[in-house]
Amino acid sequence: MAVVKLFGAWTSPYFYRVIWALKLKGIPYECIEEDLLNKSPLLLQYNPVHKKIPVLVHDGKPICESTIIPQYIEEIWPQPSLLPSDPYERAMARFWIKFADDKLILLALSPSISKMYRASGEEQEKAVKYILEMLETMEDHGLIGGKKFFGGDKISMVDMAFGAVAHWLGVIEDAAGLKIFEAHKFPRLQSWIQNFKEVPIIKENLTDRDKMFALLKRRREMLLASK
Amino acid sequence: MGEVNIVKLHGIGANPYSKRVEPALRIKGIPYEFIEEDLSNKSQLLLKSNPVYKKIPVLVHNEQPVVDSLIILEYIDETWKNAPQLLPDDPLERAKVRFWTSFIQQQLFEAMTRVVTCDGEIQAKAIDEVQGKMKVLEEGMKEVFPGSGSPSIDGDNLGLLDIMICSTFSPYKAYEEALGVKILDPERNPLVFCWVKALNELPLVKELYPPHDKLVALLKVVRENALRVSSST
Repeated sequence: MAVVKLFGAWTSPYFYRVIWALKLKGIPYECIEEDLLNKSPLLLQYNPVHKKIPVLVHDGKPICESTIIPQYIEEIWPQPSLLPSDPYERAMARFWIKFADDKLILLALSPSISKMYRASGEEQEKAVKYILEMLETMEDHGLIGGKKFFGGDKISMVDMAFGAVAHWLGVIEDAAGLKIFEAHKFPRLQSWIQNFKEVPIIKENLTDRDKMFALLKRRREMLLASK
Repeated sequence: MGEVNIVKLHGIGANPYSKRVEPALRIKGIPYEFIEEDLSNKSQLLLKSNPVYKKIPVLVHNEQPVVDSLIILEYIDETWKNAPQLLPDDPLERAKVRFWTSFIQQQLFEAMTRVVTCDGEIQAKAIDEVQGKMKVLEEGMKEVFPGSGSPSIDGDNLGLLDIMICSTFSPYKAYEEALGVKILDPERNPLVFCWVKALNELPLVKELYPPHDKLVALLKVVRENALRVSSST
């Protein structure tokens, strides 16, 4: 039987996208935790171009990038499906996945990127505004019609692409002492977050909140002190 | 059969993103109407079709809009399953094509845009970046096309990577003349250089691209506008 290995890091929502896809489809895999400040030679060999996680290795062949890996998984193991079969619905799903990717860079937890928990003042204000715009677009355009998930009744790759909003955003807000997402302002998004986190596979596979909060708080203090 | 397919493409003639979609429609033999948009005065139809980004190209198929050039290309491939196929059948090969497509778009194209729209140190850095990434692309393509070391170009059988390479590098001579910058070097990037030359010979490509002088003029205008905007902010 072909072996599936997944290289990732416990803080990364991009890593979790792949975990969720594999688990929802019941695919056994071996997880290899990477220290992002000290990447293994094996990871660098499998992803020489970007040197990033996640990387899926199937039967010895590497597949890189958190949007490409789930599509590969979907094509090799089609059931249960995580993308619509209709080409137009699929194009809409891909649109929202791309939107998530474009906007969620700010929530990526590599030390040099997250402007919200490290910066203060003008940079932080800009970042907050950017996140708010993203949330408004999701609320006004993505979740119209009172859908349970972005694709309708079933969880799909689009929901998983927005996973960072459902779980990681809250931790970053706490660590940075910010309140960006207010449930009463985003009722559809609030419902979606609850629906998403209630899916058993998602519930059981979320990064440890307390551990991450402690890490972010430490990072923020270090960065603010060094200015 | 007998299904009606009304296809409209909202775009801008010289825009590289629009230039990705047209070849796909043509090689699959899909009749379409091209609607030239004016970015300073976007049509109501465009704004309605793409409320989130308000950008071109937008493909409208039987009144349903699809946005983003790469998403449009996959949509075309999945809806019109006749040959040629833009993406290979094998999932691992598809992942490779998507990977390099993403690389060309996010790494190369973005850096090339900075070469066109910036000057001074920012431009110099961008040029270095482009040259470094071209090297990576060259190595990557050797892996995607092993053995012969170059893709065989068949005008009736273009794929997604051919389209990406074409829309990004086809006007390389115009870049050289307008900017005095060598994007594509036959010595440093022999595989990609030969590939682009072969693509530029195709009647379809010659038809879709404005003549060299017009491209040079267009690039100069884009650059002047960008520099003027950045110096006034």
